[in-house]
Amino acid sequence: MENIENTGREPILKLNSVSVSYVAGKNAVNEVSADIYPNTITAIMGPSGCGKSTLLRAINRMHDLYPNVKTMGEIFLKGKNVLQMNPMEVRRLAGMVFQQPNPFPTMSIYDNVLAGYSLNGIRLSKKEKDDIVEQSLISVALWDEVKEVMSKRGSFLSGGQQQRLCIARTLALKPEVLLMDEPTSALDPISTNKIEELLLDLKTKYTILIVTHNMSQAARISDNSMFMYLGDLIEYGDTRQMFTKPKNKKTEEYLTGVFG
Amino acid sequence: MKDKLFKLLLFVASASVLLLTAGIVYALIGGASQAFGEYGFWEFITNSEWDPRSATEEYGALSFIVGTLFTAFFALLICLLFSLPVALFNGEYFKGTKISSVVGSIVDLLAGIPSIVYGLWGFYMLRPLTIELGINSQGFGIFTASIVLAIMIIPYASSLSSEFLSMVPNNLKEGAYSLGATRIEVIQHVSLPVAGSGIVAAYILALGRALGETMAVTMLIGNTNNIPKGLADTGNTMASIIANQFGEADGIKLSSLIAIGLLLFIITAIINFVAKLIMKHMSRA
Amino acid sequence: MTGRKQTSISYRNSKNKLVYILVCTLSFLSMLPLFFILWEVVSRGYKNFNLQLFTEVAPSSMDAMLAHANNEPIPGGILNGITGSILIVGVAILLTIPLGLLIGIYLSENSQKRFAKLVSYLTDLLQGMPSIVIGIIAYAWVVKPFGGYSALAGSVALTIMMLPMVVRSTEETLKMLPRSYKEAGLALGSSYINVVFKILIPSGFGGIFTGILLSISRVMGETAPLMLTALGATIVNWNVMQPTSAMPLLIWDFYNDPNLVDLIWSTSLLLLIIIFLLNWLAKIVARKWKI
Repeated sequence: MENIENTGREPILKLNSVSVSYVAGKNAVNEVSADIYPNTITAIMGPSGCGKSTLLRAINRMHDLYPNVKTMGEIFLKGKNVLQMNPMEVRRLAGMVFQQPNPFPTMSIYDNVLAGYSLNGIRLSKKEKDDIVEQSLISVALWDEVKEVMSKRGSFLSGGQQQRLCIARTLALKPEVLLMDEPTSALDPISTNKIEELLLDLKTKYTILIVTHNMSQAARISDNSMFMYLGDLIEYGDTRQMFTKPKNKKTEEYLTGVFG
Repeated sequence: MKDKLFKLLLFVASASVLLLTAGIVYALIGGASQAFGEYGFWEFITNSEWDPRSATEEYGALSFIVGTLFTAFFALLICLLFSLPVALFNGEYFKGTKISSVVGSIVDLLAGIPSIVYGLWGFYMLRPLTIELGINSQGFGIFTASIVLAIMIIPYASSLSSEFLSMVPNNLKEGAYSLGATRIEVIQHVSLPVAGSGIVAAYILALGRALGETMAVTMLIGNTNNIPKGLADTGNTMASIIANQFGEADGIKLSSLIAIGLLLFIITAIINFVAKLIMKHMSRA
Repeated sequence: MTGRKQTSISYRNSKNKLVYILVCTLSFLSMLPLFFILWEVVSRGYKNFNLQLFTEVAPSSMDAMLAHANNEPIPGGILNGITGSILIVGVAILLTIPLGLLIGIYLSENSQKRFAKLVSYLTDLLQGMPSIVIGIIAYAWVVKPFGGYSALAGSVALTIMMLPMVVRSTEETLKMLPRSYKEAGLALGSSYINVVFKILIPSGFGGIFTGILLSISRVMGETAPLMLTALGATIVNWNVMQPTSAMPLLIWDFYNDPNLVDLIWSTSLLLLIIIFLLNWLAKIVARKWKI
């Protein structure tokens, strides 16, 4: 298996033979190993059912929610194996953004940004709250649009705004990495464009993994790309190189649209 | 031609529901008019005197209104303690599993047991127990009636609430988990608020059931015509006074009982209307 | 994030576990009353659960007292209650099914009309009406005008209780059928009435029949409305215009007569068996004829 060259930096996330199975004896993700470096965007591509979302959800231990799903191998986040940590801690360090924007419909925009804190039972002063909300919304370029309607429900916003609110909600907890599971697939092109710009901006502070079925999106925003097929990581490397000169035949077939 | 006739038949059948309802309201108001005419509506519902002796004959519904509300709300409180866990068990913790369908069916069977059998069970099993616990000497009263009433409405409250809980979108729950919440925190901050108004509607409907329940309450509440002041007191509900005294009543007494029936009808109609309104609002949101 | 007021993870985890245990325990406790009741009814009722129960009418208080005095089992059965229940519920079924089906069909076909919405709302209203109030209605409609208590009055009361359930289940079942069923039928040149009775009703048979069975099981044990209407009788009666007994009415009589108390449990047992059988049958039908 290919891996990108060590550029001298320490990887922030290290996957070591990660396998996930929904049914015993059948791996949906099969022995995936990869190093992910800080302040990069890594796109995970592949045809549907290839295990890309499953791999992503292994990192913040979402699979723990479903007792029949088993995750094996090692996942190091800043040197600590997340599979041996408390899942609640892991999920705070690795923020997740979902395919469908999912702001909490019973909470205001303000409370949605702070949901991570209230859910985790962290008490904040009014000043701290205001600061976190403002910073988080500024960093997703939503502040100017919603600062007058803070007490409205999150579900009043447009789809793209909702998704940015959800990103703000994860950023509010100051995570180490951002895991994004096809975050733009439910959005219109203009909203998608905005989110992509936002991601390029966020890269300076965070490390982003993004699952996408959209090849041109991967090409536009990612530094590195993974190509997965039937649970295996087929190829992992510099995005530009992969798109111009894929090393594996399967990758080439996928990128040229032979299947997918 | 045949089709036209058939469609007309469908329409007439449906119109009969209007007729039925009108007939119900007419019969109740007609029957109650003597009592309301004699005492006045307001006087009737604020008078706690129920005195059938022919010399001093006088009828008021207050004792029974209080008795009904007292038993129904206390029953609802106890019901909440058990039906909410059942709803969480079936609609959240074990949603869609075999065990949840087993628990669900068993609890639902409680709804199939006739009121009179609940009454027997309350009389022969629960009443001795309340005497033993020293709640009151006879074992009859608000407490015994409410416990049985609570058991009777558990299936209504729990099955509807668990349905609303199981409809909470998974991606909302996952969103909360992904922020580091525990299951109970997700339930507290996401599932319950999102399913909230539906659950409230479920309990309002259960309350409606409790208000109108007759036989079991009649057999256990003690059947005394006074305002109950505590859980150990005996009393009567609107339904139980009708069941107890309708057979031998005539004249102004019969009319007073029908008037109580009319009040009960109005209360349950309002309650059902409110619950349906909430649920309709839910399905639109 | 250090320095902020924060509940510890171990505390939150224990709270999470505690609630889980609490939910499981209380759910388990909620099932217990069913078993208590079943145990009570079965353990006390099986002794008198014999052939005599089905072949003889309820004994008089006097006969039962004499039997007690001689230390014999009390004579008699509940035949008058069984036949009475069959008569009262049977007539109620006959009244309910045609009306319920027609209204259900109308509501499923015209759900957007204002008139249908009104009918639908009133159906809900009827469904939530306390059974004792329904008893009063049937008393006012039938007992008073016809000058006496009767099986028919009881049937009218039970009809008012069953009707909303049958209407709802018919309406909901028919609404679930694909539109194409109806369109295909009409496209073949079939008349509307034929489409309804030859395609829609047979296709939705399972759901409709389940609703009917459940509504029967619900009124089978109703006591309060029958006290105000059918009253009760000591003999087997098949005349709808005469006072008639029913199983729940007999339980009420036995409960109020210390000499006859032995019979309440076997009667309750029979009633529960019938109700649970109907429920079970409804489940089977619903599963077998799933759309």
